[in-house]
Amino acid sequence: MTNTSQAVTAPIVRSARGRVRDQMQDLLPRLVLAPSFLLILVFVYGFNLWTLLLSFTNSRAFPTFNFIGWANYAKLWNWTFERDPPSNWYTAIVNMGLFGSLYVIFCLALGLLLAIFLDQKIRGEGFLRPLYLYPLALSFIVTGTAWKLFLDPRIGLEKAMHDLGWTSFHFDWVVDPRMMIYCVAIAGIWQTSGFVMAMFLAALRGIDSEILKAAQIDGASTFATYRRIIIPLIRPAFMSALIILTHMAIKSYDLVLSVTGKNPGGAAELPSTFMYSYTFTRNQMGVGSASAVIMLATIAAIMVPYLYSELKEKR
Amino acid sequence: MRLRLVLMAGAMAAAMVGLPSAGSAADNKEIQMLHWWTSGGEAAALSTIKDALAKQGYSWKDVPVAGGGGGAAMTTLKAMVAAGNPPTASQILGYYALDYADAGKLADISALAAKGNWAKVIPTALQKFTTTDGKWGAVPVNIHSVNWIWINKTVMEKIGGTEPKSFDELTALLDKAKQAGVIPLALGGQPWQEATMFDSVVTSTGGVEFYKKAFIDLDESALKSDTMKKSFDNLAKLREYVDPNYAGRDWNLATSMVIKGDALLQVMGDWAKGEFKVANKEAGKDYLCYRFPGTDGSVLYNTDMFAFFQVSADRKAAQTALAETTMNPDVQIAFNVIKGSAPARMDVSDEKFDMCGKKAIADIKAANAKGTFLGSMAQNYAQPPAIATAYYDVVTKFLHGEIKTSDEAVKQLVAGINSAK
Repeated sequence: MTNTSQAVTAPIVRSARGRVRDQMQDLLPRLVLAPSFLLILVFVYGFNLWTLLLSFTNSRAFPTFNFIGWANYAKLWNWTFERDPPSNWYTAIVNMGLFGSLYVIFCLALGLLLAIFLDQKIRGEGFLRPLYLYPLALSFIVTGTAWKLFLDPRIGLEKAMHDLGWTSFHFDWVVDPRMMIYCVAIAGIWQTSGFVMAMFLAALRGIDSEILKAAQIDGASTFATYRRIIIPLIRPAFMSALIILTHMAIKSYDLVLSVTGKNPGGAAELPSTFMYSYTFTRNQMGVGSASAVIMLATIAAIMVPYLYSELKEKR
Repeated sequence: MRLRLVLMAGAMAAAMVGLPSAGSAADNKEIQMLHWWTSGGEAAALSTIKDALAKQGYSWKDVPVAGGGGGAAMTTLKAMVAAGNPPTASQILGYYALDYADAGKLADISALAAKGNWAKVIPTALQKFTTTDGKWGAVPVNIHSVNWIWINKTVMEKIGGTEPKSFDELTALLDKAKQAGVIPLALGGQPWQEATMFDSVVTSTGGVEFYKKAFIDLDESALKSDTMKKSFDNLAKLREYVDPNYAGRDWNLATSMVIKGDALLQVMGDWAKGEFKVANKEAGKDYLCYRFPGTDGSVLYNTDMFAFFQVSADRKAAQTALAETTMNPDVQIAFNVIKGSAPARMDVSDEKFDMCGKKAIADIKAANAKGTFLGSMAQNYAQPPAIATAYYDVVTKFLHGEIKTSDEAVKQLVAGINSAK
C-alpha cells in the first residue's frame, strides 16, 4: 500500500482520476470505521474515564465533584481485610476467587473432554454438537432461575430423589448461604462448557493429520498422543478460552442474583453485584465507581499481557 | 461498567428525543407516568386513578421501564431527569423523593396543598417526604405498615392459639405450632424481608421510644445499648421457628405457605394482604391480622408517593390534575381498597375496608396523634438508603450466622451506619 512500492511496480505516471480513486480507497476504511470508532471512544473509553473521575469524588445518589482523593479506595482496601464478620467487599473477592477458578477450570476441563470425545469420528456428531452448545443460547437469568428451582430441596432434585425412594439423599446448597456460590458455579459451568467444547473442537480439527500418523507409526499410545502432541498443539485455543472465560466470570451478575435470590446473608456477593448495589441502590456512587475501577484494572491486568504477547508474535 | 454505559446511553437518547417536544404550544393532555405497578392487583388499583383522570379528559401514558421493578425504574428515572426530560410524575419511595427535591428537580405544588388542606389530613411524619423547606413536591398515594403478623385461621384454631400480646406469648404460640408439626414462621430469607421483621422485633423489645431513638435519631448509645443486643437475641429466637429452606425465598412464596396452611404465620407488611385476596381469602374468616406482639398502638410505615417534576408549561395542567385526583378522597378509598393499603388521608371513611384495613386506618390516626407513627427502617423511611442497607447487611449476616453474637452484631451495626453516613 505504501507509495514507494507503488513507485517501483507502477513507474508510469498515473492519471489524475486514478490518483483521486487511490486516495478514496485509502480513505474509505477510515470513513467506514469512523462512526464505530467515535462511539467506542465516547461510550467505552470516555465513560471509563468518567467512572475513574467519579471514584475520586464523594458522589452519592447523583454524580458530584467534591474530590476526596483516595478515600473510596482506602475504604475498599480496609474492607479487603475484614474477615470476621466478613465485609461485603471481602465476601465479593473471596467469592470471585472461588467462583472464577471453579468456573474457568471446570469449563476448560469439561470442554476439552467433550471435544476429544466428539472428535472420535462418532456417529451422530451433528446431533450431539448443537445439543451441548445450546445452553449458551439461553440468557443467564433463565439458566439461573432454572437451576435455582432444580436445586431447591423442597421442589427439585432432593424431593425427586426422596420420591424415588432414596430418602437419605441430601442436597441443600442452594438454600445454604455458604454453599450458594458453588451453585452459581454449577449453573455457569453448565451454560458455558459447551461453548468451550466448540472452540476446542475447531482447534482439534485444525491439527495436521500427518503429525498424528507419524505419532502412530512411532507407536505412541492414544493417551500419550493427546498429552504430548495434540494438547500442546491447541495451546492457542486454550489461551482464547481462558480469556473469554475469565472476563465472563468477572462480569457475571444476572446469574448470581437469579440463583441466590437476592443474596441472603450477604454471602453471595461478587464484585459486579457489589458495584451495582453501591452505585445504584445504596447511593454510594463514589465507592461503587472505585470498585468498578478495580474490576477494570483486574481485567486489564489479565488482558494487557495477553494482547501484548499476541501482537508481538504477529510482528 | 456496562450498566453505567447503558444508563448514560439512555440519558443521551432521552435527551435527543426530548428536546424537540418542548416547543409545542397548546396544553398537553398527556400524563407521562413512570411506575412499576404492573402485577394484577397493583394495576387494577392504579386504573382507578387512570379512570378518574380519563373522565377529566387526560390521557395516560406509561413510561416503559426495561426489566421492571423498582430498582430499574429508579435507574430509568435518574436517566430521564439527568437528561432534562422528566416524566410528568413518577412513583417514588422515601428518600429518593428527597434526593430529587434537594437537587431542585421537583415542581412546587404548594398552592394545591394549601387549597386541599393536605398538611392537616396527611400524617405529620409522612410530610417529611412530600415537602422540602415547606414546599410540596410529591403526594402520598397510600400508607403501608410493616408491624403486622398474618395468621392462617384454620391452623390457629387447630393448635388452639390465641392472639399473642407480647414477644413471649408469640414464642409460646410458635412453640405450639412446632409441636403440632406445622412450620411456625414463614420467612423469606432475603435481606429486606429479614430487616422488615427486625423493625418489629426492635419495637417489641425496646418499645416505640427506643425504636425512635435508635433508628430515627440514630442515637449511638441506643444503637449499642443492651436493649439492641436483646433485640438481636430475640431475632435469634425467631430463627428457631423457620424451616430450613428459607434462604433466598421470595416474600409472596412465604405468604402462600401461610395461605395454604403449611405455615402458621408470617411477619410482613400489609401488602401481604394482596396475596390473600388473589387466593380468595377473607380477612377474619380465613386469615387473621394482628399487630406484631408488643407493637400495638405504633405504626411503622412506608408509603408510595407520586413525585412531580419540573415540566414545561404546557404539561403543568396535566400534572395538577394528577396531583388533585390522587388526593381526592374517593379515589384514595377506591385505590386503597384494591391495593390493600390504608388511604394516605386520615379524613376518609373506612366503611369499604375489610377488618385489617379498618384497623390500619384507626391505628394510623391514633399513632399520628401520639407521635408513634414512625418510618420503617427496613423500607427506607427512617434513614436514607445508604444507612438502611448497612442495617440490612447486619441483620441478614446475623440471621445467617456470619455474625455470631449479638455483641458483634451491635458493634457492626454502629460501624456500618457510621461508615455509610
